[in-house]
Amino acid sequence: MSEQDVNEISVTVNGTQIEAQPGEMLIAAADRAGVHIPRFCYHERMSPVGMCRMCLVDVDTGRGPMLQPSCMVPVSEGMIVDTESDDTKRAQEGILEFLLVNHPLDCPVCDKGGECPLQDQTLAYGPGESRFIEEKRHYEKPIPISDLVHLDRERCILCDRCTRFADEIAGDPLIQFTERGNSTQVLTFPDEPFSSYFSGNTVQICPVGALTAAPYRFKARPWDLEENESTCTTCSMGCRIAVQSSRNELVRYLGVDVESVNHGWLCDKGRFNFEAVNSDERLTSPLVRDPDNQRQLLGTDWGSALASSAEAIRRAGPQRIGIIGGSRLTNEDAYAWSKFARSVVGTDNIDAQLGDGLPAELVLGLPPATIADACEADTVLIVGPDLKEELAILHLRLRGAATKGRTQIVEIGATATGSEPYAQRSIRCESGEAAKALSELLNSDDPLAKQLRDGSVVVVLGRSSVAESADPAVATASLIQSELPHATFLAALRRGNVRGALDMGLTPGFLPGRTRISNPSAMLAQKWQQIPEEQGLDTSEMLQAAAAGQIETLILLGADPLSDFPDRNLAAEAIQKVKTVIAIDNFVTSSVAQADIVLPATAYGEQSGTTTNIEGRISRVTQKITPPGSTRDDWMIATELAWRLGGDLELTSKEDIWREIEQVAPSHAGVTLERVLSNETLEGILVQETSIDLNLPVPRDTPIADGYGLRLISGRKLWDAATTTTHSPSLRHLAESPSLKVHSNDLERLGIPTGTEVRVISTRTTENLTVVADDNVQRGTAVLPFNQPGGSANRFIDATAVINDIRIETL
Amino acid sequence: MTFFTDDNLALAEEIIGRYPKPRSAMIPLLHLAQEQEGWVTDEAMTQIGELVGTTSAEVLGTCSFYEMFKRHPVGKYVINICTTMSCALMGAGELMEHAESRLGVRAGSTTSDGLFTLEGAECQAACTEAPCLQVNYRHQYRVTTDQFDELLDELASSDHAVPDHGVLSQIRQHIPKDRSVGAVPPEEVKAAPVWLSEDGDS
Ligand code: SF4
Ligand code: SF4
Ligand code: FES
Repeated sequence: MSEQDVNEISVTVNGTQIEAQPGEMLIAAADRAGVHIPRFCYHERMSPVGMCRMCLVDVDTGRGPMLQPSCMVPVSEGMIVDTESDDTKRAQEGILEFLLVNHPLDCPVCDKGGECPLQDQTLAYGPGESRFIEEKRHYEKPIPISDLVHLDRERCILCDRCTRFADEIAGDPLIQFTERGNSTQVLTFPDEPFSSYFSGNTVQICPVGALTAAPYRFKARPWDLEENESTCTTCSMGCRIAVQSSRNELVRYLGVDVESVNHGWLCDKGRFNFEAVNSDERLTSPLVRDPDNQRQLLGTDWGSALASSAEAIRRAGPQRIGIIGGSRLTNEDAYAWSKFARSVVGTDNIDAQLGDGLPAELVLGLPPATIADACEADTVLIVGPDLKEELAILHLRLRGAATKGRTQIVEIGATATGSEPYAQRSIRCESGEAAKALSELLNSDDPLAKQLRDGSVVVVLGRSSVAESADPAVATASLIQSELPHATFLAALRRGNVRGALDMGLTPGFLPGRTRISNPSAMLAQKWQQIPEEQGLDTSEMLQAAAAGQIETLILLGADPLSDFPDRNLAAEAIQKVKTVIAIDNFVTSSVAQADIVLPATAYGEQSGTTTNIEGRISRVTQKITPPGSTRDDWMIATELAWRLGGDLELTSKEDIWREIEQVAPSHAGVTLERVLSNETLEGILVQETSIDLNLPVPRDTPIADGYGLRLISGRKLWDAATTTTHSPSLRHLAESPSLKVHSNDLERLGIPTGTEVRVISTRTTENLTVVADDNVQRGTAVLPFNQPGGSANRFIDATAVINDIRIETL
Repeated sequence: MTFFTDDNLALAEEIIGRYPKPRSAMIPLLHLAQEQEGWVTDEAMTQIGELVGTTSAEVLGTCSFYEMFKRHPVGKYVINICTTMSCALMGAGELMEHAESRLGVRAGSTTSDGLFTLEGAECQAACTEAPCLQVNYRHQYRVTTDQFDELLDELASSDHAVPDHGVLSQIRQHIPKDRSVGAVPPEEVKAAPVWLSEDGDS
């Protein structure tokens, strides 16, 4: 017997002996042994509550068999369980008869019909008839409890799953059992909707059709759905999902429960933005600028669009070309573009990040941590963006680790965040001064310093504000490297497959496989015609060069610098100066509208391949529907362009590309196509090897605020003007209109009443905005969200500055 | 949200201070709110949520569990006539009928002058004194229809000792800081309380 076995408990279930863990609930032990006990309220990711009694089974602990709810009874040695006894059957029949007393049985018009646990279990375990002939309980049929979720109280069986989820998992207890007693019902507070970022999960876990999602209501019946397992690429968390379609249209995503990533949960943005894929506003054929009317884009055919693109690339030559974007792409597409840029065009001016991320050096070179490492660490130190807004499910996982486990969360930053309610300590410092605050902490006799020095630490590192450069993050990283050498890092980058794009070399100075351009693998050197010797420009440098007239052709690879680059003025100037802008995208974004040639790409759900999440975990994305119009995969566009430039990428399919990646990228060696296509990608294949020696850049110091100005802080919100959000009819109204938030003392000092319009002056522009007093904002700072519809902070930001200050004046 | 008067807000803070977790003060604060307004308004629930650090929805969930927290305006005097078995046998039905015609409202409603709310209630644990009723939860025993009329006149005349609906007691418990035992968070409780131990001194 091994040591572990000593602690196991043996239980007899239906005559067979099974092994269980101490403290485990009987229902979970039975599940693992393949014995299914029916249930409604029990959910393996939430604490048991014993609400529904559907899981009653005969349990004998030496005092004779007794009916006990198996979701509430921990296993004990020698327990004898019968899940099929006559008493159990009678109990199941009784419970179902009770549950159906008030259930409306409107299955024919219920979204859940066909995949409903109540239907299924009634069929399998129900009595077949009811003795109840009285009038059922009636409520107003579905009431919206948020913009996205509808509640039908007649169908509710009061299992407490939704309310438990809201409270225990999401931390947004906005729905509650009210009127407890004969008319217990789930409700929100009047006028306070269930506006949780995670509300869609309640729809997925509701065991009946009481909760339905607005984007899916009456869209399809479960038996019409086709389903593929895939990965959400809305942010870089990489949540595993099931993509469902009906008649070649995406209709629903469901969260898939994997231990290493999302535990089955999704954020509402990731869950519902499939609407954008189905949008009529999608680009479906190539466009070119009308020679007669510069303000107009005209439809054209692929042949001429590609020919003129190739011509523009050839004309510019490798030094005067820039490629921005690529985080939307799958790894395979990213590889094709990386190879196209280096091997065919001969340029290293390529960057998947839009000046709002971290230097690739940090992402690829800092000692890596996994999400699971973070959730098991003694301390998670968050120095970066508000995770609830930018990496919603990472926030959920960390919240779970802090509230249910023993992990302590410590965050350092300039603004209040969604992590605060569950953090052990929220250290507020001036914007750009996190390293200073951390250093002070570590050199004090605060017990937290000891906790950080002696225990395991995972650092979630990112840019806490788009108005500050990456320098403060670099400073924090170097401080942690020297003071807490045992700490490992998770880079809080948000954009879809940004990690995969960096791994594939869509960043200046790096090649596929996390190697430097100076150090290509032998295989790569052999397969690629050429590799630039000089490190190229990153996005910010490319835009500066373009504004200075040094870039002739700019390729936007699913990127919208006018909205996403921190500095709109620079982006606008660059796009205007460049001779030819080639945009490869799904929609006409602000930047695409300025392009000279527009090539329509396939979107999520229309392409297959792999994606890599923030921790370097590779998982599959699968094609579910056929792409609209003549849209093409990004890798195909790269191959076509290469061919027109007289080169050959020698790539003919996604499988081909993966085989080549496995050969040329040292970090991915051994991750064969067979493995990628196998079930291993359910949890994902973790790739953490890196072959670079970390060479941290020297950060610039944060200048001291001058006392007249306010330090500008600009973070992102989950609901913003992101392309997929604005093209999803159910989501586009969820973003708040932006206002400048300033501490009331500062407003008083300036003699400005809250709610007034003021003149906001930065080095970039002077514009009018409404200012609102908010005492969650630190004194001396001003908070303006990034990329909100109707006004973004990017107009005020100078991307070359370490930090941005603004002044406000009365009109 | 500002619902509580300044005095009551100060009191609310004191009440919260008596508990290791602010949320534990939710029910006492609901009483305080009902005392101030005669019923529990939405604004009150929102402010209580803010004071104890939870959502308004959670306050509503708790509040709505209790029949005696009213979430709509009620009269100055809430009259509950017991309609359960013993009282029913002893004439509660007749008493209710009389009350309804005398007040001109059905059970469950409030008179237009805002003085009386009439309700049918479950057993009030005074079966030996049937039929019985309560005025703002103060018992009246073996009530005849004539006595009921007298009671109404008395209540209307203000020559009586029944405080307005919502008032819990006229003597307020006040524990000054120096006499407070101090709130100990549950996770810091290491041993059984003194009064639980056998010899009472360990
Ligand atoms: S709405 Fe659904 S999940 Fe919520 S309690 Fe009712 S049955 Fe359960
Ligand atoms: S957290 Fe990110 S990956 Fe997960 S569902 Fe949301 S957007 Fe998708
Ligand atoms: S599953 Fe056990 S009581 Fe509901």
